[in-house]
Amino acid sequence: MKSSKQKKDLLLDIQNISIEGFSDEIWHPIIKGVNLQLYRGEVLGLIGESGAGKSTLGLAAMGFVRTGCRFTSGSINFNGKDLTKLSDKKKQQLWGTKLSYVAQSAAAAFNPAHRLINQTIESSLSHKLNIKETLQKEAVQLYKEMQLPNPDEIGERYPHQVSGGQLQRTMTAMAMSSKPDLIIFDEPTTALDVTTQVNVLATIRSIVKEHQTAAIYITHDLAVVAQMADRIQVLRYGNTVEVAKTSQMLKSPKEEYTKSLWAVRSIKKKEQKSKEIILSIENVSASYGSGPKVLQDININVPTGRTVAIVGESGSGKSTTARSITGLLPPTQGKIIFQNRILPMKLSDRTKEDLRKIQMIYQSPDTSMNPRHTVREIIGRPLSFYHGINKEKNTDKVLELLNMIELDDSFVDRLPEELSGGQKQRICIARALAAEPELIICDEVTSALDQIVQEGILKLLLKLQHELKISYIFITHDIATVKAIADEVVVMHQGLVVEQGSKKEIFSPPHPEYTKLLLSSVPEMDPNWLNKVLEN
Amino acid sequence: MTKTATQYSAKAEVSNLYVRRSFYEKAIINLKKAPITAWIGMIIVTFYFFVAIFAPFLAPYGEAQIFKVPYAPWDSVHIFGTDRLGRDIFSRLVYGARNTMGIALITTFLAFLIGVGLGLLSAILSGWVDQILARFVDILMAIPSLIFALMLLSIFGSTALNLILIIAVLDSTRVFRLSRAVGMNIVVMEYVEAAKLRGEKIGWIMSKEILPNILPPLVAEFGLRFCYVFLMIASLSFLGVGIQPPTADWGSMVRETAELIQFAAYDITAALTPILPAAAIGILTIGVNFVVDWFLYLTSGLKDEIK
Repeated sequence: MKSSKQKKDLLLDIQNISIEGFSDEIWHPIIKGVNLQLYRGEVLGLIGESGAGKSTLGLAAMGFVRTGCRFTSGSINFNGKDLTKLSDKKKQQLWGTKLSYVAQSAAAAFNPAHRLINQTIESSLSHKLNIKETLQKEAVQLYKEMQLPNPDEIGERYPHQVSGGQLQRTMTAMAMSSKPDLIIFDEPTTALDVTTQVNVLATIRSIVKEHQTAAIYITHDLAVVAQMADRIQVLRYGNTVEVAKTSQMLKSPKEEYTKSLWAVRSIKKKEQKSKEIILSIENVSASYGSGPKVLQDININVPTGRTVAIVGESGSGKSTTARSITGLLPPTQGKIIFQNRILPMKLSDRTKEDLRKIQMIYQSPDTSMNPRHTVREIIGRPLSFYHGINKEKNTDKVLELLNMIELDDSFVDRLPEELSGGQKQRICIARALAAEPELIICDEVTSALDQIVQEGILKLLLKLQHELKISYIFITHDIATVKAIADEVVVMHQGLVVEQGSKKEIFSPPHPEYTKLLLSSVPEMDPNWLNKVLEN
Repeated sequence: MTKTATQYSAKAEVSNLYVRRSFYEKAIINLKKAPITAWIGMIIVTFYFFVAIFAPFLAPYGEAQIFKVPYAPWDSVHIFGTDRLGRDIFSRLVYGARNTMGIALITTFLAFLIGVGLGLLSAILSGWVDQILARFVDILMAIPSLIFALMLLSIFGSTALNLILIIAVLDSTRVFRLSRAVGMNIVVMEYVEAAKLRGEKIGWIMSKEILPNILPPLVAEFGLRFCYVFLMIASLSFLGVGIQPPTADWGSMVRETAELIQFAAYDITAALTPILPAAAIGILTIGVNFVVDWFLYLTSGLKDEIK
């Protein structure tokens, strides 16, 4: 690292910044006196759990606070100007010219009614940086650098006519169009599949290097930040935990908290076999309406008391498989055999007992719990519905279940909004357990959670499996999670089962072509991982 | 990679900084911040309900009590004079609050019962049930409701029961549309799917899973619907097919005293007499609207904008 040269070129210097947010008639601190330095041409990785203040700090680097928030103290020095003191008009001149922002969801950031190229050059044009023709030429050049297919023509398309990964790259081109000094990337690849993510990461990295643009890269994925950043700053509860060079941070983190972040993927489960099969899906095909087949002739077996992980990218048919098993989307052909009995295809034809035995846990606990029901009602309902347990006994049983998921009595009267993400997901687990199921389908249950919380949830699920002998179908796109908890693995791609086998078989070569691509695309904690992948 | 040293505990996980307030506490906080228009609206509405409930104690005479002098001028015996049959106008105004508002309230409740019930059913079942209900509502809404109500009332006769039923059915179409639309947003939520997977009956899904989440817009709509129903009853009464004499009601009072307006040149108070029930209708409508506006502001996301 050319640190001596960088010292001279301090681009952004945030000193002791504090930000507060207003809710429920009170100002709450969000950022509590954080320092941040960024040199020209440097990439700083900003990591932390959700709620740590990453995005708020990222936006603050542009001198911007969301509605309902305010700066309370500190200064933000960008190129010698204190952004906290500049008028909105002055700041607007900087935004979109010297300072750019790339948001998490490209699909939401583009206007569906305008062509890509016009949106790419929009801010440069409105700031009169150059004439339209020149800017368009530059945009095409940027598309080339971003390795978009048909760079000359892709700009003529509308946002819905390109894929998510291409859109995310177009958005980066948009941010680069005005040749900014600083770009803020706010989780730019979180919404993408792993195989797409690799390309986007590589192009972002090379373009930032080539143009000597400084960048702040916000993410919760440590492996990703290891590839992208020169330095890493760890945030927690609005405070800085640790700042260090990437290699140093990975090798020898100083703080306990940072160490715990690094140690997250430490659960190992010895795979176990079971001869008994609780659920088998035979030659099942399914489609939405009269559309194309989303599942094509798939076969999956779930051994009793074991975990089968279904992996694949979005659109591979993972969740549709779950919907077919539960009867929400009746298969058009094939059989679903549960405990040696053919299950009726349609939800309405199944008995209460059928429904009780197969429970489901969803990805987002925010939408899978009724915001107007208390924890007692949420967990208590399956108890009274399936087992007829009412009144005081019901409450006793709810408390017992809360204990089982490592929460206590104080949670019983809370509403979902008064719980953290991990606690919410635990309540969802308790709701599934209340039915005393034989099989639980977990649909991406950890993907919305932070690393530490994820580990807690996975440990809990393993413990429950051990105690209650429940079988799991675990749907995920995260290979690390699969390695942690699966006994068997099913790889799906475009509605087909690519491979099914024990964890050992799947993760050791030889692989089918798609499994190989999938496995190689999962970021690793090695800073040179991306280089190695690109070489291959 | 070192083994983690920090103890992770699910209980200690930081949840939202959120103070749970009781309904009463929230109401106090909101009332303190209520704008002046909301206060005016609340005072008006409270006053009207007070008058409606205590009508027999407030009115000096009975609503159908006839005195010797028709068209008596305003004086200390008859504050607002008497009408053409010699009935005390002030007493009829007071009883009018009870009759008009009472019928409007019952009608609105009924309209909501029908509208919300069918609307949510439509949202949950979708498919052909939704299609049939929605198209039927479209047809009903295509016919101007005042004219349709006039026609139905002249066919079935203007009894209070018919009045309530006909207006409730006609008005439930709008409630249907609203509750179907907001219900659709909730139906796609995973907790509704979870309830379906649990095997819950449709009644439970409607009342326990969906209804609590769509109450704010429905309550606001209730206020507005009440106004419309109330105006519709007044209009029908003015046209002579609404609430029938001798029951006092503001719409028919306007009609009965309308001719007095031509005496404005001789006695200004006489000309004001038909204005009184009309004003009673107008002021209540404005009051309810003020309250609803404020309520919508509170329950919509608008209040997040702090300035």
